[in-house]
Amino acid sequence: MSKQPNDFLPTASWAHLRLRAELLARTREFFATRDFLEVETPLLSADTVVDRHLDPLAVTLPDDPRRPDVGRKLWLQTSPEFAMKRLMAAGGEAIYQITKAFRAGETGTRHNPEFTMVEWYRRGDSMAAGMELLSELQESLLGWGPAERLSYAEAFSKHAGIDPHQSTADELAQVASKRGIDVSESFGRMDRDGWLNLILSHLVEPHLGQSRPTILHSYPASQAALAQVQGDPPVAQRFELYVRGVELANGYHELIDPQVLRERNRATNAHRVADGKPALPEESRLLAAMEAGLPNCTGVALGFDRLVMLVAGAENLADVIAFPIDRA
Amino acid sequence: MASYNTNDFKRGLKVQIDGDPYIMVECNFVKPGKGNALYKCKLRNLLRNTMLDRTLKGGDSLEAADVTEIKAQFLYHQQGMFVFMDSVNYEQYELTKEQVDEAWKYLKEGMECSMVLFNNKPISVSPPNHVVLQIEYCEPSIKGNTATNLTKPVKLETGAEVICPAFVGIGDLIKVDTRTGEYLERAKA
Repeated sequence: MSKQPNDFLPTASWAHLRLRAELLARTREFFATRDFLEVETPLLSADTVVDRHLDPLAVTLPDDPRRPDVGRKLWLQTSPEFAMKRLMAAGGEAIYQITKAFRAGETGTRHNPEFTMVEWYRRGDSMAAGMELLSELQESLLGWGPAERLSYAEAFSKHAGIDPHQSTADELAQVASKRGIDVSESFGRMDRDGWLNLILSHLVEPHLGQSRPTILHSYPASQAALAQVQGDPPVAQRFELYVRGVELANGYHELIDPQVLRERNRATNAHRVADGKPALPEESRLLAAMEAGLPNCTGVALGFDRLVMLVAGAENLADVIAFPIDRA
Repeated sequence: MASYNTNDFKRGLKVQIDGDPYIMVECNFVKPGKGNALYKCKLRNLLRNTMLDRTLKGGDSLEAADVTEIKAQFLYHQQGMFVFMDSVNYEQYELTKEQVDEAWKYLKEGMECSMVLFNNKPISVSPPNHVVLQIEYCEPSIKGNTATNLTKPVKLETGAEVICPAFVGIGDLIKVDTRTGEYLERAKA
C-alpha cells in the first residue's frame, strides 16, 4: 500500500458512481412498492454471527480516551441478520435495509472487507416465496429476466457428475483429482464440506447464471448456517443467486428454533477452534428473540457492490467502489 | 526458509514448489457458498516456462523462492552461450539461448540488463525496456510510394527483425520497446 501521489483519487469512474446511486434508488423503490419498511440497525453490536468461515472485526469502546485499547469490545456486523431478526421477533412484517457489513481477511477482485449489503425479511414467506421475491428484485435491477431454480443436487449431478448429499469426502476428492483440480497438500485434511466447496467453485459456479440468472437452492444440511433443515435426505432451506458465475445473494428460510441454533453454535465453535481460530460468543440477543418467538420468515442478503459491478459490465469491485480498502 | 502465507499472495510473488521457482501470475480469492477461503493461483515455472493452476486454502503457505534480481552487463555471445557480468561484483554468468529467450533480439555488448538468479544460478535475463539499435539492413525507401507502403521489416545489428515505418534506412539508429518488440522512434546518433 505505497503512498502514491494519485492514490487520493477514486478507483471508480463517475459514470459507475452515478450508476450506483441510480441502483440504490431503484432498490428502495422496489421495496417501497411492496410495502417493505426501510430500517436501520447498529453496525456495532455485542453479538456476532457464529460462522466457521466468517471472521468479524472487533472494535474497542474505551472507558478512558488515554487508553484506547482498553474497554468493552463490540463487533462490526458481518451482516445485519441478528438485529433484523430481533425486529422481526418484535412484530416486524416486511423490513429491509441497505447497510455496510465488515468481514476480516476478505480482499480480492470480488471482495472488500467493508461492503454494502441489501438485506430483507418477510413474515410468512416459505423458501419458494423467498426465491420468487429475490427473482423479482434481481429482474427489476439487472433486466436479464427471471431466475431459473436449480437444486444443489441437480447442479452437482449436471456439472460434476456426483451426488453432493450421499458422496464421501474420498469420493469428492477423486472427482476433483479426475477433473485435474490441482490443490495444496493441506487439502488432504479437508472434510466433506471443504471438498464440496472446492468442486462448487471450480466445476459448478462457472456455469451458473450464464444464459440467465440462476438460484441454486436446497444446500447440504451441513451448510445450513441459519437456515431450517427439512426433508429426506435432509437439506438446508438455503438458496443463493448466481449471475454470470458471480455469487450475488444468499437466503434462508430462517431457523426459528433457539435450541437448534445453540447446538449449531457449539459445533461451529468447535470447528473454529480446530481451525486455530478464536471461538465466538454463543449466547446473543438473537437467541433471546428466538426464545420469545421469531415468526416463520425468509430472509435474503444481497451484495450490492457486486450487483453494481455486474450491471456496469465490470470485472473488479474496485471499478464500482469509490475507495476500496487499499485507498480507504 | 522464508515462506508466504495466503494473506501475502499477490501477483509477482516468487515462490518455490517441488524445488522449482515460480512466479505468481494471478491469484483470485474466492469463498464459494459461505465456505472456506480458497486462493485460485496461476503460477509460471521460471525454469521451464510452464503454467501451473493450483488452489490453496486460506492459511496455507508457499516457500519463498531463493530468487534475487541483479544488474548484469552483457559481455559477448559465443557458441550458443551468452556471457554476462554482475555489474557490482564482476562475477560472470553464462546463459543458454533458451534461458535468454526473446532477450537475444536486443542484446548489445555492454548493455546493462536485469538478471534473475535462483540459488545463485541465472535463470532469466531481461534487457532494458527501451533499447537503441542500429539498422543493419532494410529495403530502401521508395519515394512517392508512402501511401501504400507505410511499414517494412528491418534487420537490426543483433540479427532481430522489427517492423518499422518505411522512411527509415540502413545505418539509422532506432528505439525499440523490448516488452512488445515494437518500433518507437528514430534515435539520434
